[in-house]
Amino acid sequence: MKKELEENIEHNLTGDEETQKEEESQKRSWFKRGKKGILTSTADKKETPEGLWSKCPNCNYISTTKDLEEELFVCPKCNYHHRIGSQEYFDILFDNKEYETLFDEIISKDFLHFTDLKNYQQRLDEIRSKTNLKDSMRVAVGNVNGKKIVIACMDFEFIGGSLGSVMGEKFSRAVDYCIKHRLPYMVISKSGGARMMESAFSLMQLAKTSGKLSQLSNAKLPYISLLTDPTFGGISASFGMLGDLNIAEPGALIGFAGPRVIKETIKKDLPEGFQKSEFLLEHGFLDFIIDRKKLKNKISDLITLFSN
Amino acid sequence: MPQYPNRQFLDFEQPIKTLYEEIEKLKQTAEKSKIDMSDSIQKLENAIIEKRREITASLTPWQRVQLSRHPDRPYTNKYIEKMLTNYVELHGDRNFRDDKAMVGGFAQLNGETVMVIGHQKGINTKMRQERNFGMANPEGYRKALRLMKLAEKFNKPIITFIDTPGAYPGLEAEERGQGEAIARNIYEMTRLQVPVICVIIGEGASGGALGIGVGDRILMMENTWYTVISPESCSSILWRSWDKKEVAAEQLRLTATDMKGFGLVDEIVPEPIGGAHWDYNEAAALLKTSISNALEQIKNMDPEVRVQQRIEKFNKMGFWDELPVESTQVQ
Ligand SMILES: [Zn+2]
Repeated sequence: MKKELEENIEHNLTGDEETQKEEESQKRSWFKRGKKGILTSTADKKETPEGLWSKCPNCNYISTTKDLEEELFVCPKCNYHHRIGSQEYFDILFDNKEYETLFDEIISKDFLHFTDLKNYQQRLDEIRSKTNLKDSMRVAVGNVNGKKIVIACMDFEFIGGSLGSVMGEKFSRAVDYCIKHRLPYMVISKSGGARMMESAFSLMQLAKTSGKLSQLSNAKLPYISLLTDPTFGGISASFGMLGDLNIAEPGALIGFAGPRVIKETIKKDLPEGFQKSEFLLEHGFLDFIIDRKKLKNKISDLITLFSN
Repeated sequence: MPQYPNRQFLDFEQPIKTLYEEIEKLKQTAEKSKIDMSDSIQKLENAIIEKRREITASLTPWQRVQLSRHPDRPYTNKYIEKMLTNYVELHGDRNFRDDKAMVGGFAQLNGETVMVIGHQKGINTKMRQERNFGMANPEGYRKALRLMKLAEKFNKPIITFIDTPGAYPGLEAEERGQGEAIARNIYEMTRLQVPVICVIIGEGASGGALGIGVGDRILMMENTWYTVISPESCSSILWRSWDKKEVAAEQLRLTATDMKGFGLVDEIVPEPIGGAHWDYNEAAALLKTSISNALEQIKNMDPEVRVQQRIEKFNKMGFWDELPVESTQVQ
């Protein structure tokens, strides 16, 4: 049974909804009447706020999206943290849902003319029109309980939250912004890894972002890395694991290699709870696990502790 | 290096094997008939060199990948032996264990002390297992970092040799923080106060490569590849089939020429005709020249400036469009 529930993390990186649908139809899908399953879709939700129902992938509890939103997308029955996007995180964290987004003008392009089953430009166009997102990360500045902070947050529904040139450049400019305005920096990760369609350019974003964190560190400004479900590959092999504090939501799947790859390598089943936040905490890679409902206050407390 | 008949030949190298077989036949005939065949043999030997040149002149990206994995190709320890003197290998990460997929230590290059670090693959079946096929565990990356910090403390330049199909994707590697280990190395390498030169000598696969791959100068040997994922894995994920590795290798633009063209590496290191596996001495000599020149360019820089330029170099990598600002309001 567990086997069926295992998600193929890598296949989210194809940006191919058909694949995701196949892989996830039993599991992490919002179901909408008469519509195909998708993860959280900010755009769709806006269109039909009352028509959405969601089933908890963990305990099957069914609630309206509106109710779930009031619970900050945490299952009231089992505390499962649903996957949400940048819009939801910004609304949850910033006071009065007020914030200014930064660097929206930077968008991906198909510089390499990369073509797999589709070409990259076509994927970008399709996903942009489907999601209203411009890329897999958005950056915003605003107040969290009155403390000003820059937050960069990934959107998993944009090609699996993949790390490409745009995420790297936004990250880089966000760090510059923090240094210029003397602000703390927080990154909310949710990603399958590097964006393969940008080939070696995507790999180099690991070095690019780490180099910028080195400058942030020299400026003695705090960097908080919040890992959410799922965070894999290039993110965990760079800024995801480089926080002054590394923290995570409960039950999030976090790792370098995806579970499928590991299983194929060692030819054994993986133990229960492997690569979950709780497992990472136990092995010493997280400072703490934080419930989404306590996140906002915890972040503002931390900013106070860092600055006093 | 192995000599015929102990050489191994890739499928596209078979014409060379045929020429060697012809030479063998001639030698046997000469032996039997006592006729001097040295002229004909010499011609065939020249033909072998010409064939080596011809084959490498028109390789597909996938063949280039195969060449980077040639079983006779020299690995890190071979270059250390041929290029450097007074090598003292240093072991262990002081925490968990000694990872044999990652080697390193102090040595001298042109009489000056350097720290050399690299992935190491095994040279026979037993050693390949022991070296874990060049796939390091977290302790390998942590050992590499320990050696880099040691070099920094004593103000010695660092040279890294990259040759890995990827960081090891094992259960215990995850338990011990493979992601964190690589991330830490990348971060620390961006800020090392000493000169850092990285060379891709074989396979440059993803984070496992970049984990010892951030430096002031990045060199890439002629018959190597460097990108975000192996062509096989890329094929299986994006094409959902293991059969598209050739296409994936093309699409990924992973050759030294591509990477130099993109400005993602600084220099291509030439190899002996037909590839490094044909002549270890020549391969090492060519590599030594490139590394010495690169080191010359950066060793006298002010450390702060060098670090700043290193960070800036990577910060420039990437491609994107910028929309006019007024059209970017959130919907
Ligand atoms: Zn539930």
